[in-house]
Amino acid sequence: MNAYKEIILNGTWKQNSILAQLLGLCPLLAISTNFVNAVSLGLATVVVMLLANLAISALRSFIPYEIRIPVFVLVIASLVTVVDLSFNAFLHDLYLVLGIFIPLIVTNCIVLARVEAFAAKNGLAAATLDGAMMGIGFVWVIALLGLIREFIGQGTLFSGIEMIFPSAHAIQVLPESYPGFLIAILPPGAFFVLGFMIAGRNWLEARANERQREQLRHQRTQGKSGNAIASDAA
Amino acid sequence: MAHNSPYLTKASSVQSVMLRVVLALIPGIVAYVWFFGPAVLIQLGLASFTAIAAEALVLKLRKRPIWRFVSDGSALVTAWLIALSFPPLGPWWLIVVGTLVAIIVAKHLYGGLGQNPFNPAMVAFALMIVAYPLLMSRWPNVATSINFQQACELIFGASTMDAITSATPLDTLRTALHGADASTTIQTVLAKTPRLGHGWDWIAGGYLLGGLYLLQQRIITWHLPTAFLLSMALLAGVSNQLDPAHFNGVAFELLSGGTLLAAFFIVTDPVSSCTTPRGKLIFAAGVGLMTWVIRHFGGYPDGIAFAVLLMNVAAPLIDMYTQPPVFGQKSDMKPKHD
Repeated sequence: MNAYKEIILNGTWKQNSILAQLLGLCPLLAISTNFVNAVSLGLATVVVMLLANLAISALRSFIPYEIRIPVFVLVIASLVTVVDLSFNAFLHDLYLVLGIFIPLIVTNCIVLARVEAFAAKNGLAAATLDGAMMGIGFVWVIALLGLIREFIGQGTLFSGIEMIFPSAHAIQVLPESYPGFLIAILPPGAFFVLGFMIAGRNWLEARANERQREQLRHQRTQGKSGNAIASDAA
Repeated sequence: MAHNSPYLTKASSVQSVMLRVVLALIPGIVAYVWFFGPAVLIQLGLASFTAIAAEALVLKLRKRPIWRFVSDGSALVTAWLIALSFPPLGPWWLIVVGTLVAIIVAKHLYGGLGQNPFNPAMVAFALMIVAYPLLMSRWPNVATSINFQQACELIFGASTMDAITSATPLDTLRTALHGADASTTIQTVLAKTPRLGHGWDWIAGGYLLGGLYLLQQRIITWHLPTAFLLSMALLAGVSNQLDPAHFNGVAFELLSGGTLLAAFFIVTDPVSSCTTPRGKLIFAAGVGLMTWVIRHFGGYPDGIAFAVLLMNVAAPLIDMYTQPPVFGQKSDMKPKHD
């Protein structure tokens, strides 16, 4: 049970594919111009990662070690093709917006990295969970990035939602007269916001570490005084 | 300066240097107000207030002594440079956001005064011109003078300003030359707008005066402004000789846009520029080259901000390769890695 908990924590926070490992930045930076695009691509990546880890873990004893990378890529590519065709069939408008970035999930290094580093060496349940959690770690970061960029850049939330739910509408958060902050939507804005998010994570981690060290020091001094009392008594 | 013994001088403090820089900006500002009305004074006030408030706030967050660093005047100089490089009739939030970015992001996130690799004022300008290209290219027309009340309405109100603004002389020329009519030359544009650039030359003269004062006070050395102006003059002169229909002459190139402001107040930033004498020459010549290239072949009205930022990136490398030899040692061009 503890091992699963660690997989969940690793995927979503500690070893987060974006904030900690900085993997797969290309689709992250290119597609996170608004929340809907970001989440759509994020969820597509989750599906691919989950299925890829599942498939590779199940097949891992049949794959010759020497040619494992081509086999992994083949499996991932067929999964991405499925996702790509599904988007084209069921969410065609969104498919046109996301464009090349759906097929490019094949080349997203985090997918191959998890397959190679985890699925090829672990059991079915653990590998599937790892794929899902690493994917979720990607989704929440890209979603937050999309949310911030859309809010700062054009003052709306969920623009383009009608491509998924035809009855829904985007929310205009800031007044109509908001002039927009174009740079947040342009590529440099993606780097700036991501930089702030990574800084935020590092700050939280540093604070947690500091607290842990404080606790250890506290325990040690208590232990020392305890020993001193014990030796005094002896 | 009295020249008698003992020849000891007090090292000048950051505060006194910054105050003299502010003083040196005044002739340019006087010319600015004379030709374009008091709007720029409002922008100066807005930028100064925002910069000092932001500086105090960040110093408090960073647990640094607030008064000591706010009173050194470096934030004020940044604010004034921003106010002078932004269009004077832009809405109030344009300059406030720009100044906040300059002080908080470009200066303090990198470690504060003396640590910033990029010139904060130029970061503000580059960011805002990428974000709001339209608002940042609306400059007052020299033909229409605007009084204080009108300026307030334009800056703080929602009143539109299309009627009284135009592009800068540089931008006017560039847009005309890259327009649909291929037969347009500089001469035909100038024939249509004979007063193009009028006013800006006087402002440039004011900056030159201030710059000479800074040179006399030994706050800046001759290397940076000279190399910058020479490289621009050389490029403008040669290209103008080869193709006078499409390239500005030396005088227009040097007197328009922010060339002289940049030469004496921006390129000479002691923090983000090079510090070795030879490095300064290379750095400033590079800024001149980039500015000219961006002005004539780029998509933005003026290239100084981007040119300065690009050369800021290269400054540490240039400094490393141009270290003067230690006294008594043989000159060695290569950096030592051992």
